[in-house]
Amino acid sequence: MYRYDEFDAAFVAARVGQFRDQVGRRLAGELTEEQFRPHRLMNGLYLQLHSYMLRIAVPYGTLSARQMRKLADIARKYDRGYGHFTTRQNLQFNWPALKDVPDILAELASVEMHAIQTSGNCIRNVTADHYAGVAADELADPRPFAEILRQWSSLHPEFSFLPRKFKIAVNGAPHDRTVIQAHDIGLQIVRNDQGELGFAVYVGGGLGRTPFIGHKVRDFLPQRDLLAYAEAILRVYNLEGRRDNKFKARIKILLHEKGIEALRDAIEAEFSARGAASLELPGEEVARIAAYFAPPPLAPRAATNDRVERRRGKDTQFAKFFASNVVAHKVPGYAIVTVSLKPIGGVPGDASADQMDAVADLAEDYSHDELRVSHEQNLILPYVAVDDLAAVYDRLASVGLATPNAGLISDIIACPGLDYCALATARSIPVAQRLSERFGDGARARAIGPLKIKISGCINACGHHHVGHIGILGLERAGEETYQITLGGSGDENASIGQIIGPGFSSEAVVGAVETIVDTYMARRNGPAETFLDAYRRLGPAPFKEALYNRNAGADI
Amino acid sequence: MTHVVTANRLIDGIVVFQDEAGGWSEDFARAAVHDDAAAALARAGEDVAASLVVDPYAVEVELRNGHYAPKALREAIRATGPTVRRDLGKQAEGLAPIAAVHAPTEKSHVSL
Repeated sequence: MYRYDEFDAAFVAARVGQFRDQVGRRLAGELTEEQFRPHRLMNGLYLQLHSYMLRIAVPYGTLSARQMRKLADIARKYDRGYGHFTTRQNLQFNWPALKDVPDILAELASVEMHAIQTSGNCIRNVTADHYAGVAADELADPRPFAEILRQWSSLHPEFSFLPRKFKIAVNGAPHDRTVIQAHDIGLQIVRNDQGELGFAVYVGGGLGRTPFIGHKVRDFLPQRDLLAYAEAILRVYNLEGRRDNKFKARIKILLHEKGIEALRDAIEAEFSARGAASLELPGEEVARIAAYFAPPPLAPRAATNDRVERRRGKDTQFAKFFASNVVAHKVPGYAIVTVSLKPIGGVPGDASADQMDAVADLAEDYSHDELRVSHEQNLILPYVAVDDLAAVYDRLASVGLATPNAGLISDIIACPGLDYCALATARSIPVAQRLSERFGDGARARAIGPLKIKISGCINACGHHHVGHIGILGLERAGEETYQITLGGSGDENASIGQIIGPGFSSEAVVGAVETIVDTYMARRNGPAETFLDAYRRLGPAPFKEALYNRNAGADI
Repeated sequence: MTHVVTANRLIDGIVVFQDEAGGWSEDFARAAVHDDAAAALARAGEDVAASLVVDPYAVEVELRNGHYAPKALREAIRATGPTVRRDLGKQAEGLAPIAAVHAPTEKSHVSL
């Protein structure tokens, strides 16, 4: 894992001191809310529906046991005993008091964490594949590049007042687990004909009220040009992005208005004019940062374990967990374990302080002190020996974290929605809860197979509904919650924006509508090997529309 | 239309309601109900200037079974707490409006 050097530590400590002073002046009445708001947002502190909300950066989703324990401590000491993991691989506390936030930030700094650039019109926390460094299909670990981008972009004077927020994601395997094409800049690590590593660069992806899939502007960007090229993109955006209308201020709108060819030409012209050499990323620096992410020494082990196999044979819950929550590791004899934060009927992404401690203990005992936060709002133990799977499972089950549903229909992304969020127009979490109760994690969910439902409680799309195989958008219409359904979205390497299937559904009817969609898929698929997304792409919307609107009496047409 | 005036307390962000005396209460039941909230909002503005509260605004309320409750779902949730965590927020402290909102579940879905 990356460790702060003296500069990092001094920088974060200085920021804590600054914010302590700002909070003191605000409470003393020396700063107005208008003067204070930009300062609190720069430190991840929002005012939400019930209270303040503090968003803490988890860079590229990687955490140590010590850091997770600190988050649990903060949850107990300053909040209400739990936290919420988000689609940005961050953690949010829903109830901190303003007077306590400087102390919280000081505690975070003691474990090399902060909340800088988790809000505001700047380059946000850089996200990466949650299987980084351990995935069997990976070309290279994306995290060293995410860390280099983090260092380069932190308090970057030229890019601290952009037209709007700016999100960068890095993926290191051919299979995109990072949704790079829904980011302002998406970087896909690729190898060229000479065998060199570099990046395919996507620009202008984004969700929100105007969703776009990113366009590829470079097939191969050499590693040494990463920062110079990112700078060129940011410069063009900073200069030409709209500042007159916050809803049209993202780079995706600039791309849409200017056209991809003209935008690419402008980026390349800026890149050439500045001269790549001026900001060349030295190979030694990449190697220095990459060394922090070097995998622990893992001696190859037997790929299977007799005890684990016997347990699978006689314990159906464990067998289900093994089938859905355990993924092949790049080193034989090891596994990647997904800790589902989607208990049936529970709140997606929430973890209690006790659960955080339990996962921290497991990371320490069985996963080389490391864990990950996924954008799908789950936790990952990246280095579990196959021999230890039963022990890890038993300990997860003892704290309610062994739900065997990773990647299944009840592994739902949901934003906080109207239960917590000041911007929301409808609730998201109760819909996720009812859907997971309806489909569960048993035989029915397994027969349905891989299916991603994503729910947002407003058009800002924090719940990624546009790229859900089934997307649900909560809106308010005449004082009632209404849910619009989109089908066929995808956030992987074949990314697509879901299509609105028809008029929305009431809160009462939306679960039944999803069931109708799923039943239609099950009836029309070409066998269990054809996933929902594949079937939808083959069939198109017509059979789903017909099932929903011609036969579903519960629909609010 | 009848309104109450609400804000967030600066020091901890907790939702508060303006009472008859012009002070602030965490308890919705103590909120002063106005036919015209203009004067109450002006008074709230003084408390913004005094750094006691932030973002005050008027919330439309209506009588339900003899008790005032916020008309909009958003305001009902804000005055009550998360519908998915009945152990948190004002509802956990007996400070929510009497006509509270319910979290629907698969088994007992309650229409709002």
